[in-house]
Amino acid sequence: MDRLPRWADVVLVPLVSLLLAAIISALVILSIGEDPWAALKVMVEGSLMTGLGWGYTLYYTTSFIFTGLAVTLAFHAGLFNIGGEGQVQLGGLGVALACLYIPWPHWSLALVGATLGAAAFGAAWAAIPAWLQAKRGSHIVITTIMFNYIAASLLVYLLVDVLRPQGEQSPATARFPATTVLPRLNEVPGLNLIFTDKVLVNVTFFLALAMAVAVWALLWRTRLGYQIRAFGKSESAARYAGINPTWIIMVAMLMSGALAGMMSVNNTMGEAQKLLANSAAGAGFIGIAVALMGRNHPFGVVLAAFLFGFLFQGGAELGLWTKIPIEMRIVVQGLVILFTGALDMMVRMILIRLFAPFRRVKPGTA
Amino acid sequence: MANAEVEGRPGVAAPPDSPYAIELKGISKAFGPVQANRDINISVPKGTIHGIIGENGAGKSTLMSILYGFYRADSGEIFINGRLTAIPDSQSAIRAGIGMVFQHFKLVQNFTVLENVILGVEDGPMLRTSLAKARAELERLSRDYELDVDPDALIEDLSVGHQQRVEILKALYRQAEILILDEPTGVLTPAEADHLFRILKGLKEQGKTIVLITHKLREIMEATDNVSVMRRGTMVDTVKTAATSAEQLAELMVGRKVLLEVSKGPAHPGEVVLSVENLQVRDEHGVDRLKGVSFEIRAGEILGIAGVAGNGQSELLAVLGGMLEPGNRASGRVVLEGGQIALQGRGADGQSRRRAGIAHVPEDRQHFGLILDFTAWENVAFGYYNEPEYQKNALFMDNDALRDDTRRKMEKFDVRPPDCWLPAKSFSGGNQQKIVVAREIEQNPDLLLVGQPTRGVDIGAIEFIHKQIVALRDAGKAILLVSVELDEILSLSDRIAVMFDGRIMGFRDPEATNEAELGLLMAGIAGNGEAA
Repeated sequence: MDRLPRWADVVLVPLVSLLLAAIISALVILSIGEDPWAALKVMVEGSLMTGLGWGYTLYYTTSFIFTGLAVTLAFHAGLFNIGGEGQVQLGGLGVALACLYIPWPHWSLALVGATLGAAAFGAAWAAIPAWLQAKRGSHIVITTIMFNYIAASLLVYLLVDVLRPQGEQSPATARFPATTVLPRLNEVPGLNLIFTDKVLVNVTFFLALAMAVAVWALLWRTRLGYQIRAFGKSESAARYAGINPTWIIMVAMLMSGALAGMMSVNNTMGEAQKLLANSAAGAGFIGIAVALMGRNHPFGVVLAAFLFGFLFQGGAELGLWTKIPIEMRIVVQGLVILFTGALDMMVRMILIRLFAPFRRVKPGTA
Repeated sequence: MANAEVEGRPGVAAPPDSPYAIELKGISKAFGPVQANRDINISVPKGTIHGIIGENGAGKSTLMSILYGFYRADSGEIFINGRLTAIPDSQSAIRAGIGMVFQHFKLVQNFTVLENVILGVEDGPMLRTSLAKARAELERLSRDYELDVDPDALIEDLSVGHQQRVEILKALYRQAEILILDEPTGVLTPAEADHLFRILKGLKEQGKTIVLITHKLREIMEATDNVSVMRRGTMVDTVKTAATSAEQLAELMVGRKVLLEVSKGPAHPGEVVLSVENLQVRDEHGVDRLKGVSFEIRAGEILGIAGVAGNGQSELLAVLGGMLEPGNRASGRVVLEGGQIALQGRGADGQSRRRAGIAHVPEDRQHFGLILDFTAWENVAFGYYNEPEYQKNALFMDNDALRDDTRRKMEKFDVRPPDCWLPAKSFSGGNQQKIVVAREIEQNPDLLLVGQPTRGVDIGAIEFIHKQIVALRDAGKAILLVSVELDEILSLSDRIAVMFDGRIMGFRDPEATNEAELGLLMAGIAGNGEAA
């Protein structure tokens, strides 16, 4: 009944949560004998004060947008897809096959082809848990976790025994041909005025933003999105309306898997230029936190992905320039997830109390 | 907290001279801009049954939640047995001797009655002693108050009426002297409700004070000594029940004259719209829910299905509405407008039914008919999201058209507040039901299935919904009405079928039958004159 004004709900609650996470992080840094203020300066300078730093931050942001959107879309269908990790790796396989075995004349065509490959492979990997959920009632959380392990093993097998070029020692594919190299933002006309150094973030960033808009339009502007949201809110009501549960589960999970898979365009094609083992590197799980913090709204996901991009890059800077170990970024991320996700209600309750005196009754409006 | 206030435990040194169990003085409570209670004063004499009546959203539940410590009043004072008492939480309410029986029971389904009763008031870490003590106490309570509950039965095996008695036992076990019941008969059969009122009278004779919250006038007239009427957050009046009438109370509640009887002209039945032959449903446990049901409904006719809840009516609506639970098997022959319709699998889903011209107001609007988190306009599209009028192009829905359509329907069906952006959960029960009824009737179906159209709906809205159903009949549509309210069946139906144990026990003419005869059929005692 008691509620916050909308702006406070959307802006203030996450900000206060973040602040609390920052305070606890500072205490942790203090407790290992380091200066939290100096640490914050290193993080901000390394990720937001230089073109190079922005390049890293936005590169990570791009990856997290994809995995965050994947979790968000499935969530609206009432499905908790924590198989992003595996779907990203399979997406990477799709990218690798598309880049290695199709002779692309130009990077733009390669981008389209690799995106489709990544989406198809990511979707296919999500399809099996989805089918098991829809037809057998096997819980999607359990099956997607298991499929993360299967994906990792499958990729190790493929990279060691099948795709590894002769004579190479490391488990990875051959380097992709030069026509598949995606332009970095410092090579994009106009943006090269901002990014003067060679930066990591590439044109996939725009694909990620486009996908955020597409997911938003799908969920809130189309019949399919309407059915997905209705099914996610109430399966019984969906049955009354005649929404086919199998169809919704399959479609939502396929799209979710496709979005996760598309992350590989950013890292495998845009950065590594070959498929490595463990290419997801945790981004699939970070997507869960991003979706949580982004309130399962595509635009919130973009903002949350940026925050996590900053933490990721800033954390790396900590490892480089201070005695604080790089693992500290995992601590900070963990605290952010704890406060924005799990302890969200606590912050909300405190704010509701604080707001209560300002929301006194206007008489005669009952 | 003010010094004068004492938390709980009034029995210790209560002034024995106070004739009132509960006195509320100047209670006000607001939720944001909504003033749910405004300057409420009420005095409940000890050892009486006191009714609180009002439409949904009148503030009854808020007031009782304040009394039970769920909400804190913005202002005002609570006196329990003449003593100023602060009730910041429900533990204090229990200490003050207040027990509450909620509309939705708070029982652990796979615990026994005994375990549920001691839950939260165990004497120590070991359950044995608590259970033994509770067993003795329960036997005494059951004996004294005709509660008649097996202490070792699992809750999930008990009927709704028995579960309610467990809630009463829980309150009594916690030594409640004041018992508040929130809409207690909403889920009960007439016989169960009668039994409940006998129990309440027994409790009253033992000196307990009972507060009965309801919007059913008949219960107030039957069971209470005094009645307080609430309207829009204020206490309108408190009267002696013996000195008032149902009509007068209804007028006080709604603030205008209310038609308690449905006014409808004679039916002019036309062609057969729906014909059901030997319809059977077997659930996933192999239990037969429908055991061969046959009937016909003609255009311009309302067929009312009477019966105690759980005798196959829900399954009948589910089959015809295309929402049979997965695992249930249906067989038989259902012909709509000359064409046989599928009962199972492909072509038997809600979308196919709507295309075939069947609209459905489901029994449980919150579980089926609405998505509570969706806005009103999103709910108006529910089930009809494929309608061409709601599409902008092949890709996108036309949400603007949908919102305009919603505004029109909300105005026509007097949904309050008429705000199409409000989520469905923010509307009162009656207004939620109006949204569902508006959506289904405005699709202009050939056959309307209606389940419990006025369950949890206030008087003003009941009158309105009944009028709409009759208007649809007069427009030449066929209507299948399922209700556990005999009054409703008797006043709306053109023909009545009584269901018991998955069968139709007989058909009756509402003009030529009465509650007693229907009651016998509902109990499975076959009458004569079977017809199909």
